[in-house]
Amino acid sequence: MSQASSGGARTTPLHETHLSLNATLVDFAGWLMPLRYTRESAEHQAVREAAGLFDLSHMGEIRVSGSQAAEFLDHALVGLLSTLAPGRARYTMIVAEHGGVLDDLIVYRLAEDEYLVVSNAANTDVVTAALAERTGGFDVAVADESAEYALIALQGPRAAEILAPLTDADLSDLGYYAARYCTVAGAPVLLARTGYTGEDGFELFVRPAAEAPAVWEALYKAGRPLGLLPAGLAARDTLRLEAGMPLYGNELNTNLTPYEAGLGRLVKLDKPGGFVGRAALTARRSSGPTQVLVGLVGRGRRVPRKGHGVLRNGVHVGVVTSGAPSPTLGKPIAIAAVDAGTDLSSGEFTVDVRGRAEAVDVVDLPFYKRKA
Amino acid sequence: MSVPAELGYTKEHEWVAVNEDIATVGITAFAAEALGDIVYVELPEVGSTVTAGDSCGEIESHKSVSEIYSPVSGEVVDVNQAAVDDPELIGSDPYGRGWLFKVELADEPADLLTPEQYTQLTEGEG
Repeated sequence: MSQASSGGARTTPLHETHLSLNATLVDFAGWLMPLRYTRESAEHQAVREAAGLFDLSHMGEIRVSGSQAAEFLDHALVGLLSTLAPGRARYTMIVAEHGGVLDDLIVYRLAEDEYLVVSNAANTDVVTAALAERTGGFDVAVADESAEYALIALQGPRAAEILAPLTDADLSDLGYYAARYCTVAGAPVLLARTGYTGEDGFELFVRPAAEAPAVWEALYKAGRPLGLLPAGLAARDTLRLEAGMPLYGNELNTNLTPYEAGLGRLVKLDKPGGFVGRAALTARRSSGPTQVLVGLVGRGRRVPRKGHGVLRNGVHVGVVTSGAPSPTLGKPIAIAAVDAGTDLSSGEFTVDVRGRAEAVDVVDLPFYKRKA
Repeated sequence: MSVPAELGYTKEHEWVAVNEDIATVGITAFAAEALGDIVYVELPEVGSTVTAGDSCGEIESHKSVSEIYSPVSGEVVDVNQAAVDDPELIGSDPYGRGWLFKVELADEPADLLTPEQYTQLTEGEG
């Protein structure tokens, strides 16, 4: 599905659609992707109040199949994927032998002997290689099938209402983190109730990818009267930030273990057979994480951004990993990594925003939680 | 994107309107479009002195922060409080109600781009 564009970045099967919607395109992880179509705050708000439509075709889809696919993933990833029922999904991670996070992943079990591993665009090659390297002794095949798929996300409180008339799937029967094959607007789709926005919503793995523009068009037409907007990466970033979800490259990287990201619950140290990274992660769990992630809310209007220093009573205690103006709160928000052991319950916290200290309040994540 | 014919421009995407010895400064529609939603603007203080080519403020959008470079030298005699209070004005009406500040000119403005030159510049970038 990738073609070379003038800038060398790859384009998705929805590229013509983005051009016709007059999207502002940016190079993201080697892909030419929509940053925004209209205004990022309007797109963000549409997802919170109605629905948003995203092209996520840059993300990786890696098929893991074979009679020992389940045991293999238990060995290759930090989670326990063998207990996942077919038709269900799980958030997990792949780490290096030293325990550092190579990527965070959603893994779908498609059948007893078949899984789909969804990776971040920038990490697809790394994840595919790491998985392939770990197959020794298992009856399993690892195949990067990213080029076969287009991925469309439909997110927001009205997503189900928009999708229902267009699909043969019974959405009331499709729970959170469940997935099934169906048709949407006549196209074959793996439909999953997953997302990265903090709202109810769906991710549609469209295969063949060439069907994606027709699926997009059908969702767009059905959704527009209900307030749906196409939404770009800018809105996607503020939505996930408000929802307190980590972004690889910001909150996660190869120098950190899942414990540093507050995601130690994903690591199943006691699963049978061991796994890659187990020794390092066992040691890290007993020594404790080197940092903790906290939420910051700015009192002023200048925005803490990635890389800005965090101070407690004037003393450096950490660094901002993500920051943006929050459309929902109307204030700057940020996630910061602060040294383990920092007293968060007292003291004056500030962020060094380009040489000037801006007062912030430390809060629990997430910043936003949808009403049940 | 067409630009107003009566203004001068800079490579940093500011516009300047000179009326006798007072210059009004703003950012161009091209800059506003590139920034996206503008959430915060910091302007020089009234009474302060600005120097052509030097940073004198900042504009923050969802995705980034940009410096404001003064296109002219002189004393700041007015700032657009409405734009400070409601930065969306800068994006919605960059050549009108979204103006940024006014300078009493110490020197004649130098090296400003004509509308044609500025249009050429943005076509190269856009």
